[in-house]
Amino acid sequence: MKIVVLIKEVPDTWGERRLDLETGLSDRSGASPVLDEIDERAVEAALAYADAHPGTEVEVVAMAPASSTATIRKALAMGATSALHIVDDALRGADLLLTAEVLAAAVKRAGFDVVIAGNLSTDGGGGVIPAMVAEVLGIPQLTGLSALELSDSAVSGDRVSDAGTMRVTGDLPAVVSISEALPEGRFTTFKGIMAAKKKPYETMDAAALGIEPDDPTVARYIMLSVAERPPRAAGTKIVDEGDAGEKLAAFLLAEGVL
Amino acid sequence: MGVALVLIEVLPSGALAATAPGLLAAAARVGEPVAVIVGPADALSGAAAEAAGLGAVRVLTTETVPDALTIPVVDALAAAVDRERPDLVLASNAVESRDALARLAARRRLPLATDVVGVDRDELGVVAHHSVLGGAFTVDGAPTFGTLLATLRPGAVDARLESRPLVVDSLEVVASEVRAARIDGFSETVAPSSRPELRGAAAVVAGGRGVGSREDFALVEQLADVLGAAVGASRAAVDAGYVPAAAQVGQTGVSVSPRLYVALGISGAIQHRAGMQTAGIIVAIDKNPDAPIFDIADFGIVGDLFTVVPQLISALEAHKN
Ligand SMILES: Cc1cc2nc3c(=O)[nH]c(=O)nc-3n(C[C@H](O)[C@H](O)[C@H](O)COP(=O)(O)OP(=O)(O)OC[C@H]3O[C@@H](n4cnc5c(N)ncnc54)[C@H](O)[C@@H]3O)c2cc1C
Ligand SMILES: Nc1ncnc2c1ncn2[C@@H]1O[C@H](COP(=O)(O)O)[C@@H](O)[C@H]1O
Repeated sequence: MKIVVLIKEVPDTWGERRLDLETGLSDRSGASPVLDEIDERAVEAALAYADAHPGTEVEVVAMAPASSTATIRKALAMGATSALHIVDDALRGADLLLTAEVLAAAVKRAGFDVVIAGNLSTDGGGGVIPAMVAEVLGIPQLTGLSALELSDSAVSGDRVSDAGTMRVTGDLPAVVSISEALPEGRFTTFKGIMAAKKKPYETMDAAALGIEPDDPTVARYIMLSVAERPPRAAGTKIVDEGDAGEKLAAFLLAEGVL
Repeated sequence: MGVALVLIEVLPSGALAATAPGLLAAAARVGEPVAVIVGPADALSGAAAEAAGLGAVRVLTTETVPDALTIPVVDALAAAVDRERPDLVLASNAVESRDALARLAARRRLPLATDVVGVDRDELGVVAHHSVLGGAFTVDGAPTFGTLLATLRPGAVDARLESRPLVVDSLEVVASEVRAARIDGFSETVAPSSRPELRGAAAVVAGGRGVGSREDFALVEQLADVLGAAVGASRAAVDAGYVPAAAQVGQTGVSVSPRLYVALGISGAIQHRAGMQTAGIIVAIDKNPDAPIFDIADFGIVGDLFTVVPQLISALEAHKN
């Protein structure tokens, strides 16, 4: 079994995340870059299967700037077998379609039985890349799974939506995306970090994948303008002295919320 | 004026999803709203009539393939795009519709905008509006040319259109034969009493880890009912099993922008604030005077929610009577 996990580097959500008001892109000078928490869970799902099924190969694939090597190596330190890193200045600010086409080509290059991704990245990606990659590859997508069972020939799981819980199954090859209901990523150990240094790490540009980032015949989604909203200020703060519930009721009634 | 196609979801009951009115009203700012409905044969005529009642100028219907996930909807949308040559295809940013638009974008190589809070038209074409990084930034985007696909954040648009006379066309769909995942079963969420839906609610009462247990979460629900509010939660409360995941507010949950947001036993981690800091009035009750939720609260109470909330409920009820 070969599992490809799509991993993305994002600004740490614990830091102050900003958009560059000139380019509209993520401001890389602000919050420090990390492996997205949801993708750590995706790597974990793949590794859990590999632990139980010796001989399983887990390759991580990322489209990210050249500076993202340490983030990608973290997945190797967790236990992934190898990494494929797509780096190309022409892909900076790539829209969703271009991103999906690059990732699909990379996944195909890596070879796979199943692709595991996160359901939603934390930097405003929108949760569409996994389904788009599946369409480019012409295979089923099973998105937002909160439970995942993988066998040699099929993948099944539960996907929760507002309306209810759906039980879905897809024959392999397929693309799945997982929700944060799945377990957190394991910690990296010193031994894992040392081992990661010797693992296969391949770097490739768009042309090597047969992708032309600036194809003028394909429409792109572009940013027109970015504006910052003023931050919110604190209002009244009281310490409860036995009557805070009544004071709050008076405040709410004065605001006309009933 | 061009056409704006609107994908409308049909619930298992045969009724239209609650997102339908907002989708049609949003799309009408760009073009003539034409609904696309993919559903079970016996639900189509009722659903089409409902869509016309919500302002669809025309309704294109086609029968679904019961057990196949997403692909039949993509095939239908592809057929509708070929037929109508729309300026916009709008769908809800809910998991099923979002997957369908994602695959349509990849199949037809069309630009896609996700989680938009509105769409408009300027001299050059369609413009989409986004509210990102917890509402701290607003971004406008546009396709370089041609049709734009967009998913609309549920609850972001509350405008409504006037009803239209029913015009139905059945849509000719050629199945793509792309392999689909199979739907083995579906268990509907038991309708959460008469409480409003979290997305788009005018008021939200949310509970966090400080509520302490599933049993005590009833207090959060009780206050919600007095205020006519929806129930929300922090990720810690969801992880602890006090409430289903659908109630999670924040970065990786639902983004809400109600008139009133009440946070009970929620510290206000940055990822939680990202989903609620654009609310009109924020009220917080937390034992810890240094909880970051107080930095953005219009009215903050440092205190025990188990003494403050019951008192608040009786005061509000006394006023009602
Ligand atoms: C990538 C990522 C994404 C995330 N996405 C989300 C998200 O979408 N939504 C989300 O909410 N979180 C999210 N989180 C988690 C977030 O960081 C916090 O862990 C979480 O919001 C904490 O929930 P809480 O405030 O309920 O719990 P805590 O931080 O433990 O706060 C509980 C509060 O309750 C108070 N308290 C305890 N007892 C009482 C009492 N009797 N009366 C009054 N107050 C009391 C305590 O003083 C404390 O302030 C995410 C984290 C990461 C890393
Ligand atoms: N640039 C990227 N490189 C690798 N994987 C990605 C990239 N962008 C998105 N993904 C994958 O797609 C998932 C959903 O991301 P998104 O559609 O951006 O919300 C992520 O959790 C990743 O698994």
